[in-house]
Amino acid sequence: MSGHIAPVRQPLITGHKTYHQITEDICRPTETAPSLSWVITFIISVICLGLFAFSVAWTIWVGIGSWNLNRTVNWGWDITNFVWWVGIGHAGTLISAILLLFRQKWRTGVNRAAEAMTIFAVMCAGQFPLIHMGRLWLAIFIFPYPNTRGPLWVNFNSPLLWDVFAISTYFTVSLLFWYAGLVPDLATVRDRAVGLRKKIYSIFSFGWNGSAKHWQRWESLSLILAGLATPLVLSVHTIVSFDFATSVIPGWHTTIFPPYFVAGAIFSGFAMVLTLMLIARKVLHLEDYITIEHIESMNKVILLTGSIVGVAYLTELFIAWYSGYIYEQFAFLNRVLGPYYWSYIGMMLCNVISPQIFWSKKLRTSLFWTFFMSIFINIGMWFERFVIIATTLARDYLPSSWSYYVPTWVEICIFIGTLGLFFTLFLIFTRVAPVVAIAEIKSILKTAGDQYIGPNAVAHAHGHTTKVVHQGKTVAPEVNDLQAGGTVDIDGEKDKPLD
Amino acid sequence: MATIRIEQDGAAGAVTHNKSKAIVGGRDILFGLYDDEVKLLDAVKAANADHLDIDDVYTPFPVHGLDPLLGLEESRLHVAGFIFGTIGCLFGFGFMTWVFTRDWPIIFGGKPYWSVPAFIPITFELTVLFAAVGMVTVFYIINGLGPGAEPRRLHDRITDDKFCIAFDVTDLSSGDVDQLRDYFDRTGVETVHRKMVPA
Repeated sequence: MSGHIAPVRQPLITGHKTYHQITEDICRPTETAPSLSWVITFIISVICLGLFAFSVAWTIWVGIGSWNLNRTVNWGWDITNFVWWVGIGHAGTLISAILLLFRQKWRTGVNRAAEAMTIFAVMCAGQFPLIHMGRLWLAIFIFPYPNTRGPLWVNFNSPLLWDVFAISTYFTVSLLFWYAGLVPDLATVRDRAVGLRKKIYSIFSFGWNGSAKHWQRWESLSLILAGLATPLVLSVHTIVSFDFATSVIPGWHTTIFPPYFVAGAIFSGFAMVLTLMLIARKVLHLEDYITIEHIESMNKVILLTGSIVGVAYLTELFIAWYSGYIYEQFAFLNRVLGPYYWSYIGMMLCNVISPQIFWSKKLRTSLFWTFFMSIFINIGMWFERFVIIATTLARDYLPSSWSYYVPTWVEICIFIGTLGLFFTLFLIFTRVAPVVAIAEIKSILKTAGDQYIGPNAVAHAHGHTTKVVHQGKTVAPEVNDLQAGGTVDIDGEKDKPLD
Repeated sequence: MATIRIEQDGAAGAVTHNKSKAIVGGRDILFGLYDDEVKLLDAVKAANADHLDIDDVYTPFPVHGLDPLLGLEESRLHVAGFIFGTIGCLFGFGFMTWVFTRDWPIIFGGKPYWSVPAFIPITFELTVLFAAVGMVTVFYIINGLGPGAEPRRLHDRITDDKFCIAFDVTDLSSGDVDQLRDYFDRTGVETVHRKMVPA
């Protein structure tokens, strides 16, 4: 029977929603006054953003000497934070692109917020190489443009320049992808608004009217952009890893870096998505759209990628020993037992050992443990980048130039400042745009809504209605009116539910 | 549940009529709103069976199975993506080749001037960048979408939960319009509206 519902599939939309209720629920945060908790968080974020402006201005005024970098440790918190933020910026495109290609329906609940998070995280990441230049006004030198110095071109053979192209392309493509998805939903907000609000949303929704041909092209665009973004997302962190791997520093010069960085990026990105979404679903009342099923799926990705980075850490140690190359062996021995041993312990504990709790279904479906772990992993992944950068540089070839690096208040304030930038942008986003992709949620309602599948289903794919006991009560007869025609195939054999 | 009941008594809900007929060169659109995509698909099938000329269909989300019924050809956006991607690829690789072999050859680390493997990352990024930017631009242009664009908007609930079939009745006789009203009634429409829109 084609309407058979695979028992493994759990509903992704709960609360017996209708299309109109979905619109109401998701548009509400953009239409009501912000809650006190939002206002307080926003004020704190803006204060941190102010701290960012101040500490960056200080860096530019005083010079890079206001940081504690020295000739031995010439990359410190700046590049650590850069890699950390770029990594966080990987989950959005992974969710929206790779999971779209894999036809994972749970993507629809979290893709919008994750993509927004990606864009904001990449903006934060981009600050660090720029500030690190010291003379910010010369940042344009990193782009190859016709100039009066020859023209003198940039070095296309340098991984640092590849990074410029990778990050700018990634930012542009993510922004276009995100906005193309946002246009129909902004039109929904527009059609509910009046007065000035309607005028503003009319401009930003680009005149979307839901025409069949537009939807067809929109789906085609989404699919091809997903196809383009998938290798792009893998290339970006690969190229970030090339910043290290193509150098001849023991501890950096390893071929495992590209896959290891990509896995780590997905790992940290999902952790940040969970941190944000667990708060957002509570504050914005989106529990019916971001369900335990979504959270469990993300925790499974975290478990997988966390284990991959764990294997990578151990492989690095093994290969260092097995290579028989004493400098490599020393670099890794120093990483584990050297002056920064505490950061190595932090990395192992947060990234490898603790995510293993998600083998337990009870823990990976627990909101408390998920939130706790997401913070833990964010910290762990920051440690990973610090371990790679600082411990490697602090013990270089010449023992006479060995050094120990601690950040100054300026470097710490810039980092806290980028957190302020990130949360300020994200909080504004939750007020002005639908945080969940409305149109995409509606398109999966009949294959993932809890009135159609799962233990509380009352309507079946064939349109016949079964009376079931719903939370101890017999379901009221009007649920029979739920139209559920078409051949809705829950098994994933077909993804076009209404063909 | 909050589903809207359908009036099946032949009255087909409220029939509204937009009085502002003074739009010069405008089109007179008769449209019906359905509350479910399955009804919409059935109605489009019925329209095809009756050889009614549907002007356009508007939905709150992409409804699968609609395109073949409306006779819409598959989108050729991917062709645009491929062309722009090819341009980006050739431009990126060609530019780096020109810079390092003709304009300002420099030896880096004893490698050849034309060090192809080192050009691959940037060539790849530019391929993706050109393809994405070009395709998105084409998407907005061919759809006539953009900031300030005002394409035909029939009803505010179309972006919410109503599925709309629209007929252009500008040049039709009142008898033909009545036939369309009968068609809407038969296919379980919720409401029927008539509106003058700019061409």
